[in-house]
Amino acid sequence: MLSRVADSLFWLSRYIERAENTARIVDVNLQMLLDFQRMDDEKIKDHWQSLIKSVDEEELFDALYKKPTSESVTEFLTFQSENPDSIVSSLSRARENARMVRDQISTEMWEELNRMYLFVRSKQARKQWKSDPYGFYKLIRDGSHLFQGLTDSVYPHDEGWEFIQLGRHIERADKTSRILDVKYHILLPSVRDVGGAVDVVQWSAILRSCSAQEAYHHVYVNSVEPWKVAEFLILSEDFPRSIRFCCQRVDASLRRISGTPEHEFSNEAEKCSGRLLSNLNYSSMDDIFASGLHEYLDGIQRDLNRIGSAIFKTYFFYPATDLENEIRTQQHQQQQTRDHTSPATS
Amino acid sequence: MLSGRYATEGFFDEMFMADGQVRPHYRRLMERFSNLSAEEFLQKKQAVDASFLRLGITFTVYGDEEGTERIFPFDLIPRIIPDKEWRLIDEGLTQRIIALNMFLHDIYHDQRIIKEGVIPAPYILSAKHFRREFMGFNVPRDIYIHICGTDLIRDDSGRYLVLEDNGRCPSGVSYVLENRVAMKRAFPNFFEAAGVRPVDSYSSDLLQTLRHIAPGGKEDPTVVLLTPGVYNSAYFEHCFLARQMGIEIVEGRDLVVRDAKVYMRTTRGLEPVDVIYRRLDDDFLDPSVFRRDSVLGVPGLINAYRAGQVSLANSIGTGVADDKVIYYFVPKMIKFYLGQDPIIPNVDTYLASEEKDLKYILDHLPELVVKAANESGGYGMLIGPKASRSEIADFRKKIVAEPRNFIAQPTISLSRHPTLVDGVKAEGRHIDLRPFILHGDKVRIMPGGLTRVALRKGSLVVNSSQGGGSKDTWVLYGDE
Repeated sequence: MLSRVADSLFWLSRYIERAENTARIVDVNLQMLLDFQRMDDEKIKDHWQSLIKSVDEEELFDALYKKPTSESVTEFLTFQSENPDSIVSSLSRARENARMVRDQISTEMWEELNRMYLFVRSKQARKQWKSDPYGFYKLIRDGSHLFQGLTDSVYPHDEGWEFIQLGRHIERADKTSRILDVKYHILLPSVRDVGGAVDVVQWSAILRSCSAQEAYHHVYVNSVEPWKVAEFLILSEDFPRSIRFCCQRVDASLRRISGTPEHEFSNEAEKCSGRLLSNLNYSSMDDIFASGLHEYLDGIQRDLNRIGSAIFKTYFFYPATDLENEIRTQQHQQQQTRDHTSPATS
Repeated sequence: MLSGRYATEGFFDEMFMADGQVRPHYRRLMERFSNLSAEEFLQKKQAVDASFLRLGITFTVYGDEEGTERIFPFDLIPRIIPDKEWRLIDEGLTQRIIALNMFLHDIYHDQRIIKEGVIPAPYILSAKHFRREFMGFNVPRDIYIHICGTDLIRDDSGRYLVLEDNGRCPSGVSYVLENRVAMKRAFPNFFEAAGVRPVDSYSSDLLQTLRHIAPGGKEDPTVVLLTPGVYNSAYFEHCFLARQMGIEIVEGRDLVVRDAKVYMRTTRGLEPVDVIYRRLDDDFLDPSVFRRDSVLGVPGLINAYRAGQVSLANSIGTGVADDKVIYYFVPKMIKFYLGQDPIIPNVDTYLASEEKDLKYILDHLPELVVKAANESGGYGMLIGPKASRSEIADFRKKIVAEPRNFIAQPTISLSRHPTLVDGVKAEGRHIDLRPFILHGDKVRIMPGGLTRVALRKGSLVVNSSQGGGSKDTWVLYGDE
């Protein structure tokens, strides 16, 4: 398949997954506010501040808004087109990429994405967001699910599909690690609350933002404990939003694209992904605890970035043609052909 | 909604005769539509518009920032052509495309038509899109124009006339196909009963046409569509056609030429390309030969083309046939190459570079339509009866300065068609018709075409960039 097309499919899928995850994070954080006791401005501010931090956009936020409030932060993450990771920006970029491969994806997939895009940019979307934010964010999640479901059921499971899976699972693994990481930050300082009611609320919220609460309880019957939550979201072998699960999928897709058997590698991307996967396969929570959760998650994010850029180099990237040079070479060749074919006259 | 106050106002109306009676081939439609209330109609219209937007069936308006995509306005009242009229169109267009291809072959080879005095040499040599560097070059199967969109109009007596030929990169066919889908969705039960000929085979016909010209008659050639990219106004159409044909759509940067062969850059390295359906004008194809500043093309493409390693549709140099001065000579070409009279006549045309014609043009500017020889899309045009004094004076200067670049035609009062206005009532609006002609192993003409309608009251300009819309075009199996 064309490298440019593979690139667009990868990013199309990544941006949709990103929009969905942003919707999840904002939604859960809104809901968490309802569970807090003793809410004061300061506490609300801290709460939202940490969220801005998790997306590395503190500077941009400060430039655009006076202070972090429920309204300003959710606006920033949802509609702000200056914010490259907002839902609107993610969906716009997903659609730009989809437009470039409009001929490759099915009409249903395109229509669904285009519908979401037109919706988030409409006045009606803002209205709903104000009056019923939970309904609004559910629509975004539903839209992403519908798109992914359509991809599974109407798009040929060939090379292009594997690139779509790559984009989706790399993004998802990255976001799950960030969701965990940010809560780790706000939880740790409040030693007073560890194990307390707020703590359980917070960690339950993490599970909910990954739609993991029910699955978690299947495994760890009833108590919500920080380390178990972390274990579930990092190491679960079969929960589809866990980091390990996503990395398994990434590795499998890479191998299906190149046809390389397991435990071997034919390019940098496979090497990185194989290493990351073994790391996850052979880690226990004790190891992770020993190295520090934050450091461990940081390492995973770096590895995912490395895989992403290795995929780019292996499959998408052709060194930029030096157009002037190319033109000269071609003109030179044409000159030679002409000299060669025209009969010598004297 | 079509009953009562509709007035033909002295124009040739496609649906109604001068006495207000419905023409026979519109009777079934009339029956069906008179059962619909204005409200139902409006609902259907809104549903269709919403689906066009959702599907992204839009065109790009240049020089507009946010929301650059607009839907091409679509009118729900279809234009209907009975079989007997269509047969005439089909024969006339077939005759014309064959003559045009013979003409192009001739002027790039022996130039008999010049030598025998049918067309004066200066007209050919001065044509903006004549590519003298391709003299003597043999294109695959001697076909130059594979895909042609010829614009037809009807005058006040209902006679079909050719307004212009588009032998470079004609667009609009995707609207024909999508309009039909929209109509079927809006009126699901009506089609079978109406006896409308289907248009869906266009894509497979196009693919067959493209495969026919594969280099060296290659059995299973790789065909691609070359697009200028997502920002081109016809990008939707490029994607639509590529998808329907199941071929890759490529941009210039996806292609590379090595040793006079064309390759595309894929995830598995370079893969060879045999036929390129290019939706890019000659000038932009290859910066090492034509415009050096073009970043849309592929350096070396022309070299590969000359070496016979890749085929292009349409061929290079067809633009000379789009020149409005050359258009004047098409009936003579038909006579010269085929020994026949043209089945569909041209609009009477005056050449500003002929002394006698020039005098006539300058004396009658307020009555005439003046056109620049190489402009399209409704640009570079003077419609005398609607122009102000200063506009006429302005054009007079231009014509005198550059007579080779202008032609004039009498102002034709194009036929009109009932068209929905303000969502509730039908009024007459001027229309034209662009059928699509394919010339491969044989000539195939899709039964239908793009009917464009000038939505502004009284306007004669049907181009989408200037307030035009479109209608579904129904060619019937029979005459009623």
